[in-house]
Amino acid sequence: MIWGVLQFPGSCDEQDALHACEVVGDEARLVWHEERDLGGVDGVVVPGGFSYGDYLRAGAIARFSPAMEAVAELAAAGGPVLGICNGFQVLCEAGLLPGALLRNQELRFICKQTDLLDADGRTLSIPIKHGEGRYYAPEGMLDALEANGQVAYRYADGHNANGSSRDIAGVRNERGNVVGLMPHPEHAVDPLTGSTDGRVVFEDLERFAT
Amino acid sequence: MSEPTARHRELGLTDSEYELIVEKLGREPNAVELAMFSLLWSEHCAYKHSRKLLRRLPTEGPRVVMGPGENAGAVDVGSGHAVAFKVESHNHPSAVEPFQGAATGVGGILRDVFAIGARPIAVLDSLRFGELDSVRSRHLLDGAVRGIGHYGNSIGVPTVGGEIYFEEPYEHNCLVNAMCIGFAKTEEMVRAAAAGVGNAVVLMGATTGRDGIGGASVLASAELGEGDDAKRPTVQVGDPFEESKVLECCLELLAKGLLVSLQDLGAAGLTSSAGEMASAGGVGIDIDVAAVPLREADMEPFEIMVSESQERMLAVVEPGRVAEVRAVCEKWQTGSAEIGVVTDSGRIRILKGGEVVGDMPVEALVDGCPLYDLEPAAPEGWIYGNRETLSSDAGSEETLLALLAAPSIASKKWVFQQYDAVVGSRTVRRPESADAAVLQLPESGNAIAVSIDGNGRRVACEPYNGTVEAVLECAQNLACVGAEPLGLTNCLNFGNPEKPVTAWQLDRAVSGLAAICEELGVPVVGGNVSLYNEGPDGPIYPTPVVAMVGELPDPARTAPSSFAREGDAIGLLGPFAPTLHGSELAKQRGELEAGLPEPDVAAVAATCATVREAVRAGRVASAHDVSDGGLACALAECAIGAGVGCRADLQDLRERGCSPEEALFGEGPGGFVLSGGRAELEALGALVIGEVGGTTIELAAGDRSLIVGLTDATEVWRSLDARAEAVA
Repeated sequence: MIWGVLQFPGSCDEQDALHACEVVGDEARLVWHEERDLGGVDGVVVPGGFSYGDYLRAGAIARFSPAMEAVAELAAAGGPVLGICNGFQVLCEAGLLPGALLRNQELRFICKQTDLLDADGRTLSIPIKHGEGRYYAPEGMLDALEANGQVAYRYADGHNANGSSRDIAGVRNERGNVVGLMPHPEHAVDPLTGSTDGRVVFEDLERFAT
Repeated sequence: MSEPTARHRELGLTDSEYELIVEKLGREPNAVELAMFSLLWSEHCAYKHSRKLLRRLPTEGPRVVMGPGENAGAVDVGSGHAVAFKVESHNHPSAVEPFQGAATGVGGILRDVFAIGARPIAVLDSLRFGELDSVRSRHLLDGAVRGIGHYGNSIGVPTVGGEIYFEEPYEHNCLVNAMCIGFAKTEEMVRAAAAGVGNAVVLMGATTGRDGIGGASVLASAELGEGDDAKRPTVQVGDPFEESKVLECCLELLAKGLLVSLQDLGAAGLTSSAGEMASAGGVGIDIDVAAVPLREADMEPFEIMVSESQERMLAVVEPGRVAEVRAVCEKWQTGSAEIGVVTDSGRIRILKGGEVVGDMPVEALVDGCPLYDLEPAAPEGWIYGNRETLSSDAGSEETLLALLAAPSIASKKWVFQQYDAVVGSRTVRRPESADAAVLQLPESGNAIAVSIDGNGRRVACEPYNGTVEAVLECAQNLACVGAEPLGLTNCLNFGNPEKPVTAWQLDRAVSGLAAICEELGVPVVGGNVSLYNEGPDGPIYPTPVVAMVGELPDPARTAPSSFAREGDAIGLLGPFAPTLHGSELAKQRGELEAGLPEPDVAAVAATCATVREAVRAGRVASAHDVSDGGLACALAECAIGAGVGCRADLQDLRERGCSPEEALFGEGPGGFVLSGGRAELEALGALVIGEVGGTTIELAAGDRSLIVGLTDATEVWRSLDARAEAVA
């Protein structure tokens, strides 16, 4: 499949995401934020970084970009969309995923290797690096997410470094084709830089490609 | 002096310097010219007290791609690629406003690196504060760390290493030295010389405001003292988002071959960047301040010329390509304006619309500042204070725990966890996992290692040997990950050079730096000097911070610093003959005094080569150099990192003339702690001193033998978190 990796002014991890898509055996190309047409890609990664500087609120401006309109259409059509860190924040701001990301409990940026549990109970070692990664949703919504199986990733015991509600590290939409998470799977695809567990995050979404 | 000319003193120029300016101009300078001269003739820009000394440094070598005089130095890493690097200080701004001071320190060093066409791939920081029990120090630490993180994290460049010391003499004058590493295709790199009469001068990036006016002269070239709060407006404010756009924009412009030359705007803003570009190219430049995009409409010409607003770059562009350049700037949503033209006049002319408001020969402005000889005089004995925090009666266990808890030795996890260490997918060794940061370079198929060091306390004891040791420490750190040094850069942080003792420290340190680089065959490819680092209580420790970049052929063949396996043998390798001179223990006992033994450089260099080859060949499981806190702390660090204890017998160090206490806690260069198979360690020539295993750190040293639980050692070594958080 072919992934399009969005690039906003202020994106940081777009090259890493591009590389990760290739490591898992897919094709990937950058999509400039002003493109209204995704150019025929099968899926989209909204990468990490500080889109537009994130001075207002993380992801609050990027959601209005022309490329995000196209991403919303792809998502509605059932195509795979992966939001990582800032990308997760953008997808929440755009209403493509439920909930919101708040400032970390300790009010500091945190970068560390973290253990995650995916929906199948596998433990994945993937780094986090963010200042606004505390997942929040109203209690009722959290209950519904859990009931619908929409909690995609949780921090393992003792690894919830940002104070996220119910240890939630990532969520998916009801259909399952849109996934967002704060940890960085694109930084866990090379044994030399720490882990290869991030590959499954990309591979799990490949089935939504048409 | 008449009323108008007394202004030069407020701007930091001496009377004789002012007279020289009048002589070179053939008339009194006007306000615009005086402002520009005062900045380019400041210590910060002209290096007037250090330039003569720096001529001693060896700057050439087969791998040097760019040397001193460019925005950053660069060395060849093979396959047509080069690694650029530079360290710069932002000490005084950080002492006044730590968050913005440190943030813009990072911003400035990033611009230096992408100004030569290299993409920044890593940042390291060398920080110095007063003791951690001081509220001011914790405030400065917190602010500086947040500032570094704010800028580096936001712009997507990983912070992969660094070092921090806490010492009383930095209480009022903290040090914030930031280093950036860049990576480039050698043929795409660009120099800063303006060329081509008739070419356009284009200002790119942020608008120009009143921030940072006089930063180089008022702030960076004078001692700190009372009333520094009033200097806050001279500190610049950083915008990493703007820098991120300018960075990508400049790299795209260079890749498309649209720029003749490129220069960042740092200290002294447009004045220094235009002046230095003209000087390097042997040309003149006309600048029209009316064409400069401003934040405030009513800025005076001199304010526009000296503003230190951040995130700006100056480029020379062929007239026919200006439109293309501006289109790329628009794509990246960053500003651009054609503000001047390259001339053959050899003069910098400042225009405001049609009116000439300043006109100076480039040579006088950029290279005309008089260079001063220092008047060094050695001090009599130890000129800094002593404070006892640990009784000399303390037992060995208590001593080891006190050393591991020392903020300069304890884990800096609290700090580096606030930095993105992984963006860019190059970081093979993250902070505290090895003695040097390791970055893979898939483009050239190899990797580089970087280390930054400089123990000011030891340099204060003896500037020559202390500086030699700082370079050896870097070389040892590189050896531990299997890297061979390619080049070195430095930042010389000293007090007021007009004072004889500081002059002596500076003179001795530069001599030591020159000698050790010569002996190791490591060229100095760049550097930065920060003088006048003094507070009301006197000068800082003389602090030459040195940073070394090395190459390793295979990023998969590096060693961790911590032990790897239970049951491995522990070996001590190298000409390590520790003493308490200048040690952390001497500090805690309040027994610091002048003097430091002379290191056996040749033997240390030979040991570095042995360790390097052993690591590359996979013959050792771990490698860690013996540094602050001596062998006991080095062994404890290896054990804590691995989560497993160790047992070692240090009695054999008696043969090197060491007392049990010196064997445990003494410091000095040349020692490596290796672990691995016993036979392998012996074959390398290491003294096998013990074994990895158990839940205690058990060290035999005659009447000073000790046993400390691994849990207790870990707890104190990790104690910085709680103590640093206790802000105010």
